[in-house]
Amino acid sequence: MDTRESSSFDAVVVGAGIVGAACANELAEAGLRVAICEQNGYVGGGATAAGMGHLAVMDDSDAQFALTSYSQSLWRELARELPVEAEYLACGALWVAADEEELSEVERKLRFYRNRNIPAQILDSKQLAEAEPNLRAGLAGGLLLTADSVCYPPCAAGYLIKRAIATSGSILFGKKVTDVSESGVRLEDNTFLAAGLTVIATGAAAVRLVPEIDVHPRKGHLAITDRYPGFVRHQLIELGYLKNAHSTTADSVAFNVQPRVTGQILIGSSRQFGVEDAAAEGPMLSNMLARAIEYMPAIADLSTIRVWTGFRAATPDNLPLIGARPGYRRIYLATGHEGLGISTSLATARLLADEILGRASTIPRSPYEPSRSFAVHA
Amino acid sequence: MPENVTIEVNGSQLPVAAGMSVATALFQAGEFRFRVSATGQPRAALCGMGICFECRVTIDGQANCRSCQILVRDGMVICTS
Repeated sequence: MDTRESSSFDAVVVGAGIVGAACANELAEAGLRVAICEQNGYVGGGATAAGMGHLAVMDDSDAQFALTSYSQSLWRELARELPVEAEYLACGALWVAADEEELSEVERKLRFYRNRNIPAQILDSKQLAEAEPNLRAGLAGGLLLTADSVCYPPCAAGYLIKRAIATSGSILFGKKVTDVSESGVRLEDNTFLAAGLTVIATGAAAVRLVPEIDVHPRKGHLAITDRYPGFVRHQLIELGYLKNAHSTTADSVAFNVQPRVTGQILIGSSRQFGVEDAAAEGPMLSNMLARAIEYMPAIADLSTIRVWTGFRAATPDNLPLIGARPGYRRIYLATGHEGLGISTSLATARLLADEILGRASTIPRSPYEPSRSFAVHA
Repeated sequence: MPENVTIEVNGSQLPVAAGMSVATALFQAGEFRFRVSATGQPRAALCGMGICFECRVTIDGQANCRSCQILVRDGMVICTS
């Protein structure tokens, strides 16, 4: 085989989304010489650019809580140095309860968060209306998580890449990796990059390089409005979101809106399995917007300027794959983050670097090991 | 003779001919700054057919209305920025 001139690195990170960017940054900081391979000509062009960027602490499992809360603490540290373009906004999140049944779920969530020292408070119907005047009247209440925040993920990823490069890294744009082995990666143009280790962080596309993993694309739609400063004040999510989000069979939509620093409003969300076509779909969009209007009737009068889609990397137990690829010593995985890749990117990178460098970790790594059995969690 | 309606533009009452677009009414009133762009530049109607979004104004409290696509109505309250 004709082999083009090769270069050698301590680590090659495949994928310059937020997870790859965070991994590259961690490894460079640890003193490794890192190369990042990105098939697009820019940073964060996949799920990173398509997602909302809600930096959430989740309560759907202890492992998810551990990862999201650890990552949120890392985000708070990073926020001090993030550039303004990363649009970090500590707006808090409000889980909205439509009726009394959902309000009892709010109480369960409150206990969960309080027991784990996460600031949380219940809002009654009147307090909810005061906190978010554009929500429809008569909602039962909500749970306010004051520590949740939002960011603009592509710019946050861009910052992490810049940091990695400034420390000890380089990035190769427009280079698709066609093969990964224990000795490095081969690019589309047949260049071989020798690497001490390789990290695969290509989201739902990871199955192209690692066909044995149980990661499936889950399509989502989002819409963004023109600028309406003050229309929405917190990240708002309907409480039915988890029911909808974790159904692994049916297509679903849920009310989920986010204020941007610009005054624009991100409107979500939808989830679909088994769709590979990235085209925006009229029926899904209308269901999604109808759901949003049900909760916030005045959204109907706002001007939406753009809609798009993206693919989350879903796993059977809704937890990411972080760690060595089973059966390999020098290939590592950082994918399968579903809708929480922005939230958990920093913790993912820290845990992966801990494993690679033989360091102890702040939280147990075992729930995210790619070698785990999914049957246990199913 | 076209019928006249009265609209309010930035607090001033303005009689205009019925049937004209808000953008036309604003130009007729000598208003050439419909809004201010995100970077602080003045903006006014450009394409006149609803595509460029440069002509956005607040109409009856609703922000970001395309003035070239909306006809004047008696009592309409328009704010430029």
